[in-house]
Amino acid sequence: MNLSRNWLGEFVTVEANDREFAEAMTMSGSKVEVTEVLGSEISNVVVGQVVSIVRHENSDHMWICQVDVGQNEPVQIVTGAQNVKAGDLVPVALHKSTLPGGVKIEKGKLRGEVSNGMLCSFQELGLDQRDFPLAYAEGIWILSDDPELSGCKPGDDIRDVAGLTDHVVEFEITPNRPDCLSVIGLAREAAATFGAELRLHTPEVKGGAEGNLMELLDVETQAAHLCPRYTARMVRNVKIAPSPKWMRERLRAMGVRPINNIVDITNYVMLEYGQPMHAFDYRYVHGGKIIVRQAHEGETLTTLDGNVRNLTPNMLVIADETRAVGLAGIMGGENSEIVDDTVDVVFESACFDGATIRKGALALGMRTEASAKFEKGLDPMNTLPAVQRACELVELLGAGEVVDGIIDILNYVPQPRVLTLEPARINALLGTDVAEEEMVRILRNLGFQVEGDQVTVPSWRGDVLGMADLAEEVARFYGYNNIPCTLMRGQTTLGGYSQEELLERQVGSMCRSMGYDEIITYSFISPTCYDKINWPTDYQGRNSLKILNPLGEDTSIMRTTTLPSMLEILTRNYNYRNQNVRLYEVGRTYAPGGPDGLAVERKTLTLGAYGSDMDFYTIKGCIEAILKDLRAQNVTFRTGEEPELVSYHPGRCAQVWVGENCVGFFGQIHPLVAQNYGVDGELYCAQLALDQLALAKGPDPIYTPLPKFPAVTRDIAVVCDEAITVGTLEACIQEASHGLLKAVALFDIYRGKGVEDGKKSVAFNLTLRADDRSLTGEEAEAEVQSILAALAEKLGATLR
Amino acid sequence: MKQQLNDIRVQALAAFEAAADLAALDALRVQYLGKKGELTAVLKQMGKLSAEERPVMGQLANQVRADLEAALETQGKKLEAQAMEQRLKDEALDVTIPGKPVKVGHRHPMYIALDEIKEIFIGMGFTVLDGPEVELAELNFDRLNAEENHPSRDWSDTFYFDEDSRVMLRSQTSPMQVRAMDTMELPIRIIAPGRVYRKDEVDATHSPMFHQVEGMVIDKNVTMADLKGTLNTVVEKLYGKGTKTRFRPHHFPFTEPSCEMDVQCHKCGGVGCPTCKGEGWIELLGAGMIHPRVLEMSGIDPNEYSGWAFGIGLERTAMRRFKIADLRLIFENDVRFLEQF
Repeated sequence: MNLSRNWLGEFVTVEANDREFAEAMTMSGSKVEVTEVLGSEISNVVVGQVVSIVRHENSDHMWICQVDVGQNEPVQIVTGAQNVKAGDLVPVALHKSTLPGGVKIEKGKLRGEVSNGMLCSFQELGLDQRDFPLAYAEGIWILSDDPELSGCKPGDDIRDVAGLTDHVVEFEITPNRPDCLSVIGLAREAAATFGAELRLHTPEVKGGAEGNLMELLDVETQAAHLCPRYTARMVRNVKIAPSPKWMRERLRAMGVRPINNIVDITNYVMLEYGQPMHAFDYRYVHGGKIIVRQAHEGETLTTLDGNVRNLTPNMLVIADETRAVGLAGIMGGENSEIVDDTVDVVFESACFDGATIRKGALALGMRTEASAKFEKGLDPMNTLPAVQRACELVELLGAGEVVDGIIDILNYVPQPRVLTLEPARINALLGTDVAEEEMVRILRNLGFQVEGDQVTVPSWRGDVLGMADLAEEVARFYGYNNIPCTLMRGQTTLGGYSQEELLERQVGSMCRSMGYDEIITYSFISPTCYDKINWPTDYQGRNSLKILNPLGEDTSIMRTTTLPSMLEILTRNYNYRNQNVRLYEVGRTYAPGGPDGLAVERKTLTLGAYGSDMDFYTIKGCIEAILKDLRAQNVTFRTGEEPELVSYHPGRCAQVWVGENCVGFFGQIHPLVAQNYGVDGELYCAQLALDQLALAKGPDPIYTPLPKFPAVTRDIAVVCDEAITVGTLEACIQEASHGLLKAVALFDIYRGKGVEDGKKSVAFNLTLRADDRSLTGEEAEAEVQSILAALAEKLGATLR
Repeated sequence: MKQQLNDIRVQALAAFEAAADLAALDALRVQYLGKKGELTAVLKQMGKLSAEERPVMGQLANQVRADLEAALETQGKKLEAQAMEQRLKDEALDVTIPGKPVKVGHRHPMYIALDEIKEIFIGMGFTVLDGPEVELAELNFDRLNAEENHPSRDWSDTFYFDEDSRVMLRSQTSPMQVRAMDTMELPIRIIAPGRVYRKDEVDATHSPMFHQVEGMVIDKNVTMADLKGTLNTVVEKLYGKGTKTRFRPHHFPFTEPSCEMDVQCHKCGGVGCPTCKGEGWIELLGAGMIHPRVLEMSGIDPNEYSGWAFGIGLERTAMRRFKIADLRLIFENDVRFLEQF
């Protein structure tokens, strides 16, 4: 919302400069974004009178002017314009002047003749024809041709002459305060903020034109529930003309283009009162009847902007007996537009249902100044003063004759809201000690009526519903910054993290300790991601929550797997040629089927890595470390049927099991999947479910006494078939032990000379120990022999 | 014999002194004091001495042995010290050669900022809550007093999963207020960080997914002064002691009175500059006293209890904390970016 300070000055006198004004208004709740000083780009441009004008001897189109600019001597200025004659008053940009757009004017020579500046067109001053409808559009702006500028004289600052003196304040008005989308609303706030008097004005209309409105016009509000109030008046014998300079200046300052007197009056009243108005050409209101109704299915209307609109029954139209003539609260129709030969005008000042207007404007993609106001819900009590003001302005401007009579249909009579003022509760809520008299004073300044402890809320303050709202009014003008700062009292609460978050923090810090950087990825992905990770088309994991109104296909479904997100980031780093990358994320997946139609949101610890220091066993080591850190017991790695393993290299992936639960899986990404991402190197990933990790967490450690007796270590190397895994060998060794074996550690796998093809030699280091004695050589040997025997018998693995 | 002993002493002492290293010294020890050494050889002649001479010679011999052993020890220590000195000299390294690299991972800068915020609130007795991101519009809007035609409900602003606009991606962490009120015992002190979603195209300051931290306190006698005091404390911890703040009136459907909290611009110190768009202040968070309607809808009597709540954008906090110029860096996850933190 823009506010002209000149216009504001009509209602309240505020001495503050722009910065002080912005600061004070912001702190009382009307946030100022920026203040624009009109004409601030123009400097050293004055009115000049052309004393003489002669042809430039060396040019076929230039003229040399002697111009009186209010100084002792006339100055010489060369111009190429052809519309200047002696005696004309013109804008002169003097030596060292500035014009809009950063233009700087300095004196110079034009084909040998000195020019001490430049004569200006109004375009060069940042103005246009609508600002000065009487000015000649081409060439230099001849001020003396415009009767509205007759008072100016040489030397006058052009900004004063052109009305570029206003300061325009741009406010961010919160949606609860539609009343502040008006000069009067902001004046009320300013008056309360600065403790100044609010000078409101009651419009006076003389009327007296031929006829009576009741005979000329009939209004029927068929959609009464969507039109709380409809007020109309009529003006006859309208003389369409430009509106006067003062009105055009105010409209322009507020960012509204002047059109003609009638249209300008409706805009002026909308800005001043916050009440959108509409003007119809009476001759096109067929049957002299205005009907407020919902649009018919398939009905169309060409709006003022020339676009054909397809309407639906949830939109509200203003119609005559035969057709729609306007989109209620949004835009008028072309068929009843005010034109140059309009004679009789109907002013509509109505109140429509905010939600209907908002939805209609949204559906038609045409949010207008009027609809933006209506959608917030306007004060039904404002329609009458607004239409009166419009008629008053018609008479003031001599734009027509107002017909006696007012049509005013009230479908909903709002009852004033009365609240009880509870100073103790307000102070208790704010933590303040504001006196009751101060509260009453603040509320009265804002138009609240206070009788005893009864507060009557003004009609324009639909947002004030209860004690807390009154507290906010008090706080705003007592000053938010005058409220003290205290720390909380009361019952002590124990703060902290949930178990789940503690686990996240633990695995996160473990990942970082192993060189993994944390990443954050989007929760939504493209449906094509499932193709890229090779999921079968009928895999149920593809069943995802679909966003019905996504930003784009790329972010249109909620991921059911974190793998594509990780692969995307790995790929990005790969393409950036970052070496040896290790990444992790604790992120969610979102599967359909949660309670209440929500998602099943599960967290996954995802690892992703590539580089010369990464291979299957490296990432496996990281997973083992994480599980060890969690003190998980019975950790096994299995190859198995896992649908999501299709994204992985079939010979280089595994499930991670803790006891009887599968925690997740990991491995090298399938080369075809890597190719889908444009990566020709090896990518490694792991996906571990956080809820499973929580279950895998082992009990707190209990101290076991350190061994009192020495251990005996023995190395064995056995030759076995390639197909026998190390895990199988280890399990066999463990099983064959009679209790003396405390640890088995693989230390070598050998293939080649000395080992026949299809076989491998696997070497283990065995640690043997008894808890109650030093082992004898015989005991150790017996244990090793029974292990070797088991290996040979069960797996055909023979001592090398 | 006496002469012999004295000769041995003189020769041995000179030889010890001249020994070049520990091995030579040890050879000398054997030569003079060993079982087949010179001193032993002399002592073997003791049997030939008279009864009177024997104790005298014995004493002398012991004296010589003691002297030689003492000299050996002294010289040994000296040589050991020399040897150690030489060894240390030989083992000296070029300390400018880089150490063997240990790669340590980095916490994402946004989570660093979040951790700081969490620590502060946990210290004040707040519990950290987590909740669903796919949320009911009822909790995201209705239960937070957002009227039926509130613009943020529009399909142009919020992501929906059904035509009835019933299930959505939460547009704020505020539904966690409702979830906390519905499930927790009073008094409540919570913060709830998490992802939120709005239909904004990606640019330097916008992302369709971003993070907020919600905070809420409900207790008897909670005041707006408490809100100010608590948030000021938080900001001082985040941005340093003496950080200037201001509270401006604002509007949120679920708080009344509502406010926004600004911090004085760190660039210009409040004079006004491009960073703060000339205002001298930078908006930090939105807050307010919980709207009585919101309390009522959760079955909490606003006549007995009051509360305050706030919401802060995490990306912006992290960007300010680390002077990150472009929001896109946060979600790009380039390790050259991540490893700066």
